[in-house]
Amino acid sequence: MDPTWLDLAQVPWAAEPAGLLPARQQMALSLGWHIILACFGVAFPAMILVAHWRGVYRGDEVALGLARRWAKVSGVLFAIGAVSGTVLSFEMGLLWPGLMGPFGDVLGLPFAFEGLSFFVEAIFLGLYLYGWGRIPPKRHLLMLVPMALAGVVGTYCVISVNAWMNMPVGFAIEGGEVVDVDPWAVLFSSGALLQFAHMWVAAYMVVGFVVAGVYAAGMLRGRRDRHHRLGFTLPFVFATVAALVQPLIGHVLGLRIADTQPAKLAAFELATETESPSPLRLGGLLVDGEVRWALDIPRLGSIIARNSFTEPVQGLETIPPADRPPVNVTHVAFQTMVGIGTLLAVAVLVYWFARWRGRDPLANRWTLRAAVAAGPLAVVALEAGWIATEVGRQPWVVYGVLRTEDAAGDNPQVWILLAATATLYALLTVGAVVVLRSMARRWRAGEQDLPSPYGPEAAAAGGGRRADDAS
Amino acid sequence: MTLELAVAAALFVGVVAYALFGGADFGSGFYDLTAGGSRGGAELRTLVDHSIGPVWEANHVWLIYVLVMWWTGFPESFASAMNTLILPMLLALLGIVLRGAAFAFRKFAPTLGQARLYGAVFAGSSLITPYFLGAVAGGIASGRVPAEGRGDLWSSWLNPTSTFGGVIAVGTCALLAGVFLTADADRAGRASLAASLRRRTLGVGLVTGAVVFAALVPITHDAPTLAEGLRGRAAPLVVLSGLCGVATLVLLLRRRFAIARVTAVLAVAAVVSGWGVGQYPWLLVDELTLRDAAGADATLAGLLVVVGLAGVLVLPPLVYLFRLTQSEAWSEH
Repeated sequence: MDPTWLDLAQVPWAAEPAGLLPARQQMALSLGWHIILACFGVAFPAMILVAHWRGVYRGDEVALGLARRWAKVSGVLFAIGAVSGTVLSFEMGLLWPGLMGPFGDVLGLPFAFEGLSFFVEAIFLGLYLYGWGRIPPKRHLLMLVPMALAGVVGTYCVISVNAWMNMPVGFAIEGGEVVDVDPWAVLFSSGALLQFAHMWVAAYMVVGFVVAGVYAAGMLRGRRDRHHRLGFTLPFVFATVAALVQPLIGHVLGLRIADTQPAKLAAFELATETESPSPLRLGGLLVDGEVRWALDIPRLGSIIARNSFTEPVQGLETIPPADRPPVNVTHVAFQTMVGIGTLLAVAVLVYWFARWRGRDPLANRWTLRAAVAAGPLAVVALEAGWIATEVGRQPWVVYGVLRTEDAAGDNPQVWILLAATATLYALLTVGAVVVLRSMARRWRAGEQDLPSPYGPEAAAAGGGRRADDAS
Repeated sequence: MTLELAVAAALFVGVVAYALFGGADFGSGFYDLTAGGSRGGAELRTLVDHSIGPVWEANHVWLIYVLVMWWTGFPESFASAMNTLILPMLLALLGIVLRGAAFAFRKFAPTLGQARLYGAVFAGSSLITPYFLGAVAGGIASGRVPAEGRGDLWSSWLNPTSTFGGVIAVGTCALLAGVFLTADADRAGRASLAASLRRRTLGVGLVTGAVVFAALVPITHDAPTLAEGLRGRAAPLVVLSGLCGVATLVLLLRRRFAIARVTAVLAVAAVVSGWGVGQYPWLLVDELTLRDAAGADATLAGLLVVVGLAGVLVLPPLVYLFRLTQSEAWSEH
């Protein structure tokens, strides 16, 4: 097994409620799965909007064709995103009654606003998906605008709750009771904006790189028409801007952790002891309390994490053992995110530099291969970032206020639920991949509208042909 | 009107809306499941695709709205209900996930074989979801969810009130879907499809109506607090639902499908409201009143702001969406 898990194994789970570990894994699985689809909900409408806009206002038939196909793809992705988001709504109560009971009215209002945005998004999604040929083209195009805006507002709202878990505001505790509740303070907390920016831009990186990668893969197979070039370039421009902005946002966001969550920063940086100035510790694992296999770059830790030549990164030795997060998971996840983010930022710079020098990077097969890899890498960075911030907050669910073990319900059977969920999500993933690939195959074969195989159109056009396809 | 009552009312509007609009989407699964073979049922299944395709995600958000309003406005009762009713909640959730995913997959399935698989999952899960949500309502309404601690994991939803709640939920969903699908088929000029749907909707309506009124007997013993409310404060709603239900059947018989949609909606809205009014002032019957369950005042006021915004931002486009999908131009495609 991966050595990073050794650290997890040291945590004395035996003393914790039986429901805690499976509840954690259940939440991690369903959040980790949903967040990818959520990225598409946030970022894809903007890309479809640009393609559709070119189609309508510039008469660009290729762009219009892309918009039409992306709309159908988003129909599938948003559907499973809607239901996997619902899973999370239920799980808040099913898995974390100790959080939702006492704190539901503190953290709930942003979720209510998120529900509002989801409503707007779902309504305009219906109008947009089914409006092709039914709503006048220019008005039809406008249906994407509320969809895209609602995705952004919804992201902000959800992230503001996560920011509240990191930097709790808007309540006081007197005699064990939650009092002085101010839900607006949660929605407009100073911690929310930067964290939102980080996630919002991440969504553009994920969707931009993934969609561009699909067309890069097509070009690798010799499909080098304008459809593929535009299908690559449009999302890649979004991804480029996002990949270049992201390191700056991440850096500014990281600076405040020294004040707000020193234990998390210590785990990020694998700082076992407070050193002034602190080194930047690349790689490495904590084994029996000793840092092994790390590459230390002197002073750089203080410069990057504290914006200072001398300010130290507060070490783990200052944190009571009971309040320390699982260090290795947090550290490895954090550095994976930063490493991939840096790599992607450099890669897009190289790409546009080559274009600026008059080369066509897309003629190079290694560029295309790298572009294909960028999609999954962006997803890994996204997941790693969430693991870093969530595991790094442990043992707290609400930092400094409520421990995760006190929030979990006592559900030893959650292991069964976890196994069932993992199976279900695996099947859904397979289903989505099979359906999306078959859609691409049928588009390449020249079909446009993709009628359902049981529909009258299919029967009239020779439903038997598709039965042959299957064989 | 007190703050918590206003929020509870807004929450319950969401419950009714979900029962009506989400219900009509789920109910279409019944006709999809019983549409017959892939050739014979193709026309009906395509109609189901067209009818619920553009709206099911928007209709689904009513559930999210209800959950969020519940956990924000009445947090402790939400945690209690989730704790005790974890099994039916999970089964309903499973149905929700399978329904949404399978519906989207079926639409773009490449082969008939895959479409049949997804279609069966879609239709089957469309039936189990309302059943378990109805069972949840029955568990709450019969006083089986304690305010603190965990009630019985099994008897909280395997009991007469829950069983009737589940069956009534499935029946009302199927009734609504039948009326709407019949009207859609009729408007699109598909006479034979409309005739077959009309026949089946009449059957569903008769059975559902019988079950609703039969349920009043076991509920008297199993959920006395609710039964008392239904006989008292909620009696007008019970009568209204009966009248509208009969009117719906008469209108279906006389092929007045457009108006039948209105009476069917009223009948189901009255049944669901009857439950809500019947168990007032309890949120968790015999355990926790709305007043005692309410969260902080500032949060309740915030929720009312959200409700107000929803009236401005959500209702107009929602009406536009429904008008478009229920118009002639959309039916032709």
